[in-house]
Amino acid sequence: MSNFLRSALVATAAFGFATSALAADISGAGATFPYPIYSKWADTYKKETGNGLNYQSIGSGGGIKQIEARTVTFGASDAPLKPDVLDKNGLVQWPMVMGGIVPVVNVEGVKPGQLAIDGATLARIYLGEITKWNDPALVKLNPGAKLPDAAIAVVHRSDGSGTTFNFTDYLVKVSPAWSSKVGSAVSVEWPVGLGAKGNEGVSNTVGITANSIGYVEYAYAIENKMTYTDMVNKDGKRVKPETAAFQSAAANADWAHAPGFYQILTDQPGSKSWPITASTFILMPKQVPDAAAAAEALKFFGWAFKSGAKQAEALDYIPMPANVVSLIKKTWANDIKTADGKPVYEAK
Amino acid sequence: MTEAALSSVARSTAKIDSREKALRRFEIGDRIFHIVTRSSAIAVLIVLGGVIVSLVQGSMPALSKFGFGFLTSDAWNPVTEKFGAAPAIYGTLVTSFIALLIAAPVGFGIAVFLTELCPYQLRRPIGVAVELLAGIPSIIYGIWGMFVFAPFLQVHVQPALIATFAHIPGLNLLFAGPPYGIGILTASLILAIMILPLISSISRDVFNTVPTVLKEAAFGIGCTRWEVMRSIVAPYTGVGLVGGVMLALGRALGETMAVTFVIGNAHKIGASILGPGTTISATIANEFTEADGAIYTSSLIALGLLLFAITFIVLAISRLLLMRLEGQGAR
Repeated sequence: MSNFLRSALVATAAFGFATSALAADISGAGATFPYPIYSKWADTYKKETGNGLNYQSIGSGGGIKQIEARTVTFGASDAPLKPDVLDKNGLVQWPMVMGGIVPVVNVEGVKPGQLAIDGATLARIYLGEITKWNDPALVKLNPGAKLPDAAIAVVHRSDGSGTTFNFTDYLVKVSPAWSSKVGSAVSVEWPVGLGAKGNEGVSNTVGITANSIGYVEYAYAIENKMTYTDMVNKDGKRVKPETAAFQSAAANADWAHAPGFYQILTDQPGSKSWPITASTFILMPKQVPDAAAAAEALKFFGWAFKSGAKQAEALDYIPMPANVVSLIKKTWANDIKTADGKPVYEAK
Repeated sequence: MTEAALSSVARSTAKIDSREKALRRFEIGDRIFHIVTRSSAIAVLIVLGGVIVSLVQGSMPALSKFGFGFLTSDAWNPVTEKFGAAPAIYGTLVTSFIALLIAAPVGFGIAVFLTELCPYQLRRPIGVAVELLAGIPSIIYGIWGMFVFAPFLQVHVQPALIATFAHIPGLNLLFAGPPYGIGILTASLILAIMILPLISSISRDVFNTVPTVLKEAAFGIGCTRWEVMRSIVAPYTGVGLVGGVMLALGRALGETMAVTFVIGNAHKIGASILGPGTTISATIANEFTEADGAIYTSSLIALGLLLFAITFIVLAISRLLLMRLEGQGAR
């Protein structure tokens, strides 16, 4: 970066406060999972352009309600809305950023990445069919490991969450029993286990409860130095939770043929794909009530796709692949219009 | 002379005028004061009425769909949108009951010690320490409960409880494993600690109202401290004690954050108090943000209405008890 540019940036940052008083902040509300990266992006974007983002991380359910009521410029949800629900409410949705969900355990002597687990076994643990760590199914998956003869303390989210949506969606795909008995949603009727609030609640509960298992966002597992497990994916290969594995799952997903970007990234094919990968979504009205605000919001999202990838990776999120971004921009140009039918987003 | 007389009359009417004015001013002031205080009182009624109306309105979709079954069903399934309040009601009542069972005797004990037995120099420090407990925000209790108390219980207390009661029929179901650390018992213990200051400080204040003459007379005829407490102080202060306990119960029923951290948040009715459960307020705090769908949201509001009703019933019972006790006192 040239010296001139740097000083220009500093000057913009210094005057950021003054300019932001003039430009109306972009308003958004919804999912808590992407909140760290949205606020990081907003911070940098404000320094560069002077336009701020006011994002309330009130949860996906709240985000959907607010965008349906049109009280915010955009809503954010971890679970995609089905195409017919989108049409009914006159909304457009697209994936903004991705993350991984990893099983974490607290078993004495077991280190991160030492255990492996597959979908069917995970489902049986969460159904309460496997109750001991030395169950034959777990021993078979981990022939070398020393597994104790202790009861498994199952930990799940107690609040409704996109993490639970993607986790249970995966269990539905890999286990017919889970599919018929429990199903998938942001919050389900758990057959067994302890509930804890938020990713931090689950990571804390697993951290303090001996012989427990839980599931958290990848970033939480890494930050809290938790004992994550490897997983056996759809192709029967053992994979570690890492950026490459999450990106492999996204690359193998068929976004082009998913109407309304209704695509859930769990249990994707590919020998390197992490089985519980998730994306988080942005919702905006097809016919925007305030064209200027909508244009500002789309400008911000465009900027985030173009210049925000590095920051996303630094916070353990996974940026959307380029081919998906161009599909998303096409959707913006075609579907988001003002009251008199003019497109809000101008492709550059 | 007549002029003089006239002028004196005029002076006196002027005096009456100013007196009347002053009186009128007082009257206006009084009336404004009356109106202000009355509208404050009415505002409380309006707010309360508004809360009831919006709770009832909000819970109508759920109540009309599930009917009376909402109270008795133990289903809580957001996928199929089947909801029942039984586990939450059960958890709320059981945790509050166990908390009272522990906190009431201990609280009375603290109060007795502070008013009757404690050396004078220690009274203030201990009294202040107990009141400081009441000043700790509930979220701090929750975090402490989760990080310090629950692991301690899981390792040291719960295995012992399970082992001790393993062969006693009935109790072995109540204390059935595995030890998770968090669960109904942990939540009850945290609640007990939280309501302890309320019970002890109210009981101390009521114990202090017992006339010294009565106690001294009893000591004078040779009563022991225990006899004085049981036969003089306790009957004299019964009403106040019940009031303190009921206030504490009200707080325990509605406590949210601390309980949410340590109860385990499972919509289940289990025989074991070591297992996870949930309460009405914990369920609302956990699920309201992400509740989508009219029935789900409405069921949560209906839970709020139930908590409102339960608290109202508890208050009504306490009033009734107080009235009864007061009646006995008069006789």
